[in-house]
Amino acid sequence: MMNKKQLEISHVSIEFATPGGPFKALDNVDLSIKEGEFVSLIGHSGCGKSTVLNIVAGLYQATSGGVILDGREVDEPGPDRAVVFQNHSLLPWLSAYENVELAVKQVFSGKKTKAEMKQWIEHNLSLVQMDHAMHKKPSEISGGMKQRVGIARALAMEPKVLLMDEPFGALDALTRAHMQDSLIEIQSRLNNTVIMITHDVDEAVLLSDRIVMMTNGPAASIGEILDVDLPRPRNRVELADNKSYNHIRAQVLKFLYERQRKPEEAA
Amino acid sequence: MVNTEVFSNFKNTVTIKLSLLPKFTEIKWLDIFKKAVNSLAVPLIALTVFLALWAAGAAQIQTSLGQVPGPVQVWEQAKTLYSEHREERVKEAAFYQRQEQRNARKLAKNPDAKVKILSYTGKPTFIDQIATSVFTVLVGFFIASLIAIPVGIISGLNETIYKALNPLIQIFKPVSPLAWLPIVTMIVSALYVTDDPAFSKSFITSAITVTLCSLWPTIINTTVGVSSIDKDLLNVSHVLRLNWMTHITKIVIPSSIPMMFAGLRVSLGIGWMVLIAAEMLAQNPGLGKFVWDEFQNGSSNSMARIMVAVFAIGLIGFALDLAMLMLQRRVSWDKNAVLR
Repeated sequence: MMNKKQLEISHVSIEFATPGGPFKALDNVDLSIKEGEFVSLIGHSGCGKSTVLNIVAGLYQATSGGVILDGREVDEPGPDRAVVFQNHSLLPWLSAYENVELAVKQVFSGKKTKAEMKQWIEHNLSLVQMDHAMHKKPSEISGGMKQRVGIARALAMEPKVLLMDEPFGALDALTRAHMQDSLIEIQSRLNNTVIMITHDVDEAVLLSDRIVMMTNGPAASIGEILDVDLPRPRNRVELADNKSYNHIRAQVLKFLYERQRKPEEAA
Repeated sequence: MVNTEVFSNFKNTVTIKLSLLPKFTEIKWLDIFKKAVNSLAVPLIALTVFLALWAAGAAQIQTSLGQVPGPVQVWEQAKTLYSEHREERVKEAAFYQRQEQRNARKLAKNPDAKVKILSYTGKPTFIDQIATSVFTVLVGFFIASLIAIPVGIISGLNETIYKALNPLIQIFKPVSPLAWLPIVTMIVSALYVTDDPAFSKSFITSAITVTLCSLWPTIINTTVGVSSIDKDLLNVSHVLRLNWMTHITKIVIPSSIPMMFAGLRVSLGIGWMVLIAAEMLAQNPGLGKFVWDEFQNGSSNSMARIMVAVFAIGLIGFALDLAMLMLQRRVSWDKNAVLR
């Protein structure tokens, strides 16, 4: 793994205009991520995890601070920061293949020939094990399969950073486990830089190199960062009895449910 | 002994299975029968009740033109109107044949003779009036859609343009076609001056009136459809950095098609209603003029003939709506959507 600093979230704060005056959602979020690193953002809902991701994606503009990718500031969306959205966000009128094609054409037109693009689309769909159903419409495939296509679409853009916004949050537990295993497998091959938002502690520990734990909003910021130095490839069954796995897991749980317990939950 | 026992057991199961078979088919037939009752019998009963109430009610009312016609008289007049149409066609064919023969004789005598070719000037029949009206409404509606869909898309995409257009739309939307009609007539008369008109003035006036009234529902619905596109899909478009054209064709239009068609169907319905009224008022050829002429004619059959026209207007309006529905099914990506 290279240790070059690739993405820097530098002193980011954001305020949203509301009828009751400005609302400060994030306060001084500061994080740098190395190339090939898998970082999870975890925190209670409403703590601004998604806001951080949206700022990196360029969908929101930070009120102060900024995001630097490979030495250049980014303040608008682009395919170099592909997003896997929580609810797949596939275009329902296009087949799985066409959904990926739309992204591939956008990124590689002029750089790849038609045949190369076709091959690349099929390669990415087979990477997420969707090559058998690539001409089906999103309405004809299951939730997990839709999310696979969403991941294929993001991977096909060859992004510098892959942003995942609770990618498996809407799936049932079994499908989620399958998807996590797939992601581990894909990640071991491609070694992408990934930022993933999750509220699932096991998911965070299983997949990440580092877990960024966020404090509750308003004016949320990074509470603590945890290194996950478990060896790869990781296997969920083997890890179940692993001491350091359980130790890390416990630390995250303690942070979330003791130190950052939500006020309404405490009541 | 053992063997026969097994055999008889086997036989039992076979008979049981066989006896189950007719039951399954019975159930299936029952289902089909129920479906048929639901989809056919219920509307038929309703129709019969309607016809009976109509016949009974009509017999009670005497007007200056005689008794209000019941279903039987109206059906008679529908047949008469059709046979009148056939007769007119026969006359027309005969007219052209005579003209051709006359011209041929003239040319035989003198090859340099100038022959006149006249077109038949018979009275337009009921069927002709239907054809005129349908063609007019389709042209008017087509022009309206050609304007309304792009305007709707643009004002759905751009808040400023929406704010600029909205008051105008809200003011013009409730205007009755009959208020537009004199103005349209005057403007068409002033601007459409040619020696060899491809379309008659009355046709253009009617079509423009239809256009003016059927613009608004499409504009409003398209605007709403475009401005309520799923935010996630817009984010996808941003992340992919789709250019304007791709954004419109791949994201905006497909996702607003259901709303767009809802607007188009309302527009076509309004256009059809508007056209009949406009034809009555302006005496422009079409079904509206047919109704008005029959009213002025005041024969004992007039009311029945007008009722034929009423049913024709209704059936054509229904057919137009069905046609739009079928078009929507063809165009829309969501083949499972329930369309009503």
